Amino acid sequence: MAENLLDDCVMTTRLDAVLNWGRRNSLWPLPFGTACCAIEFMSMMASRYDFSRFGAEALRFSPRQSDLLLVLGTVTHKQAPVLRQIYAQMAEPKWVISVGACASSGGIYRTYATLQGIDRVIPVDVYVPGCPPRPETIILGAMKLQEKITKESFRDRKEHLEAFYRSWDEQQARQAQGRTEFQAVRDMVVEAGETGQQRIW
Amino acid sequence: MNQAVHPFLPVLVLFLAALVVGAAILVVSGKVLPAFLKPNHPRPGKLTPYECGVPPLQEGARHRYGIQFYLIAMLFILFDVEAAFLLPWAVQYKRSLWTFWPMLSFFATLLVGYIYVWGRGALEWER
Repeated sequence: MAENLLDDCVMTTRLDAVLNWGRRNSLWPLPFGTACCAIEFMSMMASRYDFSRFGAEALRFSPRQSDLLLVLGTVTHKQAPVLRQIYAQMAEPKWVISVGACASSGGIYRTYATLQGIDRVIPVDVYVPGCPPRPETIILGAMKLQEKITKESFRDRKEHLEAFYRSWDEQQARQAQGRTEFQAVRDMVVEAGETGQQRIW
Repeated sequence: MNQAVHPFLPVLVLFLAALVVGAAILVVSGKVLPAFLKPNHPRPGKLTPYECGVPPLQEGARHRYGIQFYLIAMLFILFDVEAAFLLPWAVQYKRSLWTFWPMLSFFATLLVGYIYVWGRGALEWER
């Protein structure tokens, strides 16, 4: 309507479309590299595959300055609270890509020590298959995430984050009762497994 | 051509307008809009210093620090400079033997300082 009245001098759009366009094209990744997927990630960032084409070349090693968490590798139960703390400290809105079989499902490590998928402790947006995935596959995952950000509504993202912070508060409450952060997260994962919920957030 | 105002007054006005508009853009896009649009969940756990995901063991970077570290570091730099002089001197010593006496006096000066530091007990870690 406004375009017709003002003779194509203006362009109208929706607020979330503009903001999501900006968010999609300026992701700031934080690599959480724990295994061989991180080696593939290095290849992805280097000149041959050149992840900076997608507006995400600014790697940051502090969660304060990043909004895309790349979990690259096996995460043990001992490391689950560390991952949760880093995710909690990241700038909002934030997204998570789970790279590789280990991060997505525990992979070959079907043991008592390994977390069977990081989506049990933090929300995950995109899962990348492979053991380890090739750099092209991780880039495909990032492109899928960009598609997802383009379509997502603010309310969904907000509810998503609030669900995580509710579980965060519960973890803090358990720690206040004298449990360590490892015990608190482990207990929550075990209880979620017993109720069939599987995820604690 | 008699102008009532200074010829550069429009430039000043333009400059001030640019300043105000720039400041307004910064404030609106940096403070006002994010307050409505940016999800934010401040919590003690979220706002603690980043220590690679584990709870901080000390009060960040501002915890108290033993004064002995500074003292030892300062003395180290002093005698490090001495060693830095020693090396080039040793390399050219055979070609110019007369540098023995200036170097000896330099060492003697530092030796006096060393004895003083030792005597004051600056090299003992705990007193």
